[in-house]
Amino acid sequence: MAISINGQDYPLPEDPRTSLLDFIRRDARLPGTKKGCDHGQCGACTVLVGGVRINSCLSLAVTHDGDEVTTIEGLGTLAAPSAMQSAFVAHDGFQCGYCTPGQICSATAMLQELAAGWPSDATADLEAAPNLTDDEIRERMSGNLCRCGAYANILAAIRDVAGESA
Amino acid sequence: MTVHLKQDAPDERNVLDFTGQSVIGEPLSRPEGLLKVTGTATYAAEYEVDGCCEGVLVTLPVVRGEVTAIDEASVLSMPGVIAVLSDERMTGRPAQGMAGEAPFQPAKDVCYWGQPVALVVAETFEQARDAAKHVAMDWRSEQAPLDPAAVETEESESTRQGDLAHAMAEAAHSVDVVFTTEGHASAAMEPHAALAQWEDGKLTVHASLQMLKFNRAELADSIGLEEEQVRLLSPYVGGGFGSKLGVSQEVVAASLAAMHLGRPVRVVMSRQQVFQTVERRSETHQRIRLAADAEGRLTGFGHEARVSNLPGESFAEPVLQSSHFLYAGENRLLRLEVARIHRMTAGSVRAPGEAVGVQTVEQAMDMLAEKVGIDPVELRLRNIPDKHPANGKPFSSRKLAEALREGATAFGWEPRPRTPRHTREGEWWIGTGMASAARVHSVVEAKARVTLRPGGTALVETDMTDIGTGSYAILGQVAGEMLGLVPDDIEVRLGDTDLPPGSGSGGSVGAASCGSAVFLACQGLRKELAERLGIAPESLTLKDGFARWSGGQKALTELLNQEPIECTGHFEPGASTEDMAVSSFGAFFAEVAVNRWTGETRVRRMTGAFGFGRVLNARTARSQCLGGLTWCIGNALTESLLFDPVDGHLVNCDLAEYHVPVNRDVPDLEVLLLEERDAAASPIQAKGVGELGLCGGAAAIANAIHDACGARVFAYPMTPDRVLAAMPET
Amino acid sequence: MRPFDYQRAERLTHAAQLTADADTLALAGGTNLIDLMKLQVETPQTLVDIGRLSLGEIADEGAGKARGLRIGALATNTATAAHPRVRADYPVLARGILAGATQQLRNKATTGGNLCQRTRCYYFTNIDQPCNKREPGSGCGAIKGIARIHAVLGTSPHCIATYPGDMAVAMAALDATVEIASENSSRSVPVRGFHRLPGDTPERDNVLEPGEIITAVTLPAPVGGIHLYRKVRERSSYAFALCSVAAVIALEDNRFTRADLAFGGLAHKPWHDPRIADLLIGNEPSLALFDKAADLLLEDAQGYGENDFKIPLARRTLAAVLCEATGVEP
Repeated sequence: MAISINGQDYPLPEDPRTSLLDFIRRDARLPGTKKGCDHGQCGACTVLVGGVRINSCLSLAVTHDGDEVTTIEGLGTLAAPSAMQSAFVAHDGFQCGYCTPGQICSATAMLQELAAGWPSDATADLEAAPNLTDDEIRERMSGNLCRCGAYANILAAIRDVAGESA
Repeated sequence: MTVHLKQDAPDERNVLDFTGQSVIGEPLSRPEGLLKVTGTATYAAEYEVDGCCEGVLVTLPVVRGEVTAIDEASVLSMPGVIAVLSDERMTGRPAQGMAGEAPFQPAKDVCYWGQPVALVVAETFEQARDAAKHVAMDWRSEQAPLDPAAVETEESESTRQGDLAHAMAEAAHSVDVVFTTEGHASAAMEPHAALAQWEDGKLTVHASLQMLKFNRAELADSIGLEEEQVRLLSPYVGGGFGSKLGVSQEVVAASLAAMHLGRPVRVVMSRQQVFQTVERRSETHQRIRLAADAEGRLTGFGHEARVSNLPGESFAEPVLQSSHFLYAGENRLLRLEVARIHRMTAGSVRAPGEAVGVQTVEQAMDMLAEKVGIDPVELRLRNIPDKHPANGKPFSSRKLAEALREGATAFGWEPRPRTPRHTREGEWWIGTGMASAARVHSVVEAKARVTLRPGGTALVETDMTDIGTGSYAILGQVAGEMLGLVPDDIEVRLGDTDLPPGSGSGGSVGAASCGSAVFLACQGLRKELAERLGIAPESLTLKDGFARWSGGQKALTELLNQEPIECTGHFEPGASTEDMAVSSFGAFFAEVAVNRWTGETRVRRMTGAFGFGRVLNARTARSQCLGGLTWCIGNALTESLLFDPVDGHLVNCDLAEYHVPVNRDVPDLEVLLLEERDAAASPIQAKGVGELGLCGGAAAIANAIHDACGARVFAYPMTPDRVLAAMPET
Repeated sequence: MRPFDYQRAERLTHAAQLTADADTLALAGGTNLIDLMKLQVETPQTLVDIGRLSLGEIADEGAGKARGLRIGALATNTATAAHPRVRADYPVLARGILAGATQQLRNKATTGGNLCQRTRCYYFTNIDQPCNKREPGSGCGAIKGIARIHAVLGTSPHCIATYPGDMAVAMAALDATVEIASENSSRSVPVRGFHRLPGDTPERDNVLEPGEIITAVTLPAPVGGIHLYRKVRERSSYAFALCSVAAVIALEDNRFTRADLAFGGLAHKPWHDPRIADLLIGNEPSLALFDKAADLLLEDAQGYGENDFKIPLARRTLAAVLCEATGVEP
């Protein structure tokens, strides 16, 4: 009975009320994942579970035993940041930095979703593979609020990374 | 060593243009960027402290009343509950920006719905959150005025010149319109949070605050401690936008609990509590009157506004702030009134005043341009006053005309009178609109210490905060420019009251105030180095770690000779900003699409051209402007606080129903930074940048909506229903 | 959040058995339930985690021309919207799902959970306000309060809340069927009849009884036609519908042969009025006809001040959808 976070196992919490978010921040001592609203309304708590992005605030930790969770700390480090992390720095894709880990987790998963051909509200032709248009990126990143208003630079950072991998 | 300057005269030396390191203004990445993107920048609630317990605020669901009894026993038997705190010193409201003294106490005197009245402390967050919902209390409640339109108002400010009514009657063209704007929330992404520790008579609080030297005084005064007993730390702040200017309820509550229990206590507001208890931007009701001659030259200018606040609060949303000087017109009437009602404290939300005051003037100007039959840009150009229209002071520097012209060119603005409904793409009407931008400039006292270390690196220290604004970057760049060091050789430490008191972040004062303090400290260091070389400071060039003068060069490390030297810069505003009208100016251009069926509006692109003095870092300055433009979109289209008419509670108290713009709402944004040196603004010729970008832009969107579909919407935000109601039938 | 007993259901019958208890709720994706538990709007004593039951499959139902699609109750919204058959044969459903929430939420939200999503009424989610849905008999705060997001169709003096979802609106247009199991039996209910009107029991959102678990939603064989989902909202993404229209439209010889329409954001349930199809079918599309359809739709509409705008907005959104589907120029 454990949850794997960034490759390390952590025993399940005693209190079943503990959200996956609080479990990550407190029990696993990985405060890079942020609590912005605690109600699935801002995206600051976005993490990857089995490679899929979710709002960790709306998930109970006890339901995740055996799951593989990746947080911002698992994507890259100060010494070896991921391409997305570096692009956010290069394009000033943040200001206060509080929504940023969620944005980066989201952006990382989003490019995989696009590659897998998942459609979005911005997809013109549902039966074709979605294109990497600005509107697609914006729609797919709309689950991550940024009050500083760094969206334009977030788009540029994602474009930069997507261009590299394309 | 200390260098003090009270700036009584403009500084036209433009020192930073001649220092030679060429890092000032450069678009450098934020030095703390890697910490933020890797999740290793630590915010207030995230410090690991042994034995820390969790506090949750208890709020009262009445709009006016008094808590008469709190039954602590009602929750003390719940698992993990340690204490219920209802100390008389708990604060019911946040402090206003730069108050420097305790906000309203005691908390149990309830003045708005959802006011915190107690704190439950438990071993875990879940235990505390649950118990906070179960505290039994007795209270008495009473009716209280809730509707700003239904109460007597107090006059807050009034300026009369000439005879506006006469000017209106005589005008060749006139506009007389009423606008409304609804309340706004700062909605910073990091909820208000404090982690307090009490040890050996000293209180240490990690908190999410914008202006630490004031906050320390507010907290000490609230609790009854000496300031020296209080240390605040806010090295990273997850956004503030005014809501963290003054010490807020959770900071005082956590501190009292830590002192009471002798254990560290963490209190983080829920998102709902953030909405319900920290400062709101007041809703406004504004009447604009413009009188003009046949060519559109203003002969009269009227701006009357009503805002609201709680009884006892001195803050009144300064709606008229830029109306005093933005446009000409010899007959003037400006009047601000405050309605006393029981909504949560009204206070500063990003760009208080202009954020809602300029966008009404700028829509009225658009209407006037239509009546006169000229290009809206031309109307603005014709009405730029020579001197401050009320007090005759000269403008220190003003890039309004340049912003209008260069912004128009960059945007591809068609200079013509506007006739709505000229372009349709399928279901969407397409239109463009523009507006001027204006924001008053101010600076406040600030200190910063700069140390040249023996290894040839520098340390910059102040209690200044970086709330996303770029303080870490720009203060390092000012020091680098002055000391001839590359930014990697400069360490900037912020957000700790143990460091020299800076200005804090708020009102766009930070860059110019703290930047000047760093500048002065570096001047002191330069003087010391020059003395060691036996040359005049003006003869000294510092570049890439070397001191150069006409007679030769020497490595900085050699000059330091194993010993650090330090200097504290102390900047104070003086007569330079009093003798002149000092403000930032700019222009906005927007293209929108309005759906003919549903009234939905999508902004398709925006251009902002801004002049705010010296640009200290072109990247972070641009980002500030991008943020401003994004706020314009929320202000124009989506953001409004909705209050229940029966019991006065804020109904849309979360991020699902209070609509801050999402990524998809924000199109391509173009920012033009206009080079400017404002000698009166500060010794580094810089003015504020953080707020200008949202001062008027919502009107560019409103005017574009009108140009697109013919709907003139007098109520912000221009939600689909409002656009539809104003849209002429085809 | 109140303390609760957490149990994981290993089998469907086990889950049904456990949820028969009045103080027990089933947890699937949790995106709505955990939100409401944190607010203490929902206070179950026992939470039965059904998330690991094998109910996530999306598979053909039947064969040949009658080949429908069975979407398991635990299929995520993402899986459904991305499924090739949903995209090809039921695009209105893919569009509806994708118009709702965010990718993060859709990755977690399930078919069954989304059908059971509770209202976003501000008074329902605030336990310090009166709400007959949350606390029967306490009154309705919205009727005299801020009713901006509230219903204009099928309201009652006790409740004017809306069903907030998008997926179910598309399913109502498609005339899908909800499959429900209890410990000893199973039954099917059309999506159009799954949600209730508030009447004098607004605490009941739908027809699900204690001990019943949604196992799947079955889509009938594809009918072709033009599929549209139009959602009007206050921002361009991540907002609930002020009004939405799901439409499956077919024309032959410029006459309607199919006009399956359902509406979101207007009522306590996805709104389907069979009279609209009756009116449209056999007739040539025209603005006048669309107006008549709106007259039928909104015949009994009642605004509550703040939400009066929804009545003309619904009329216009319907016209927009019908114009887009038929090519009629406004």
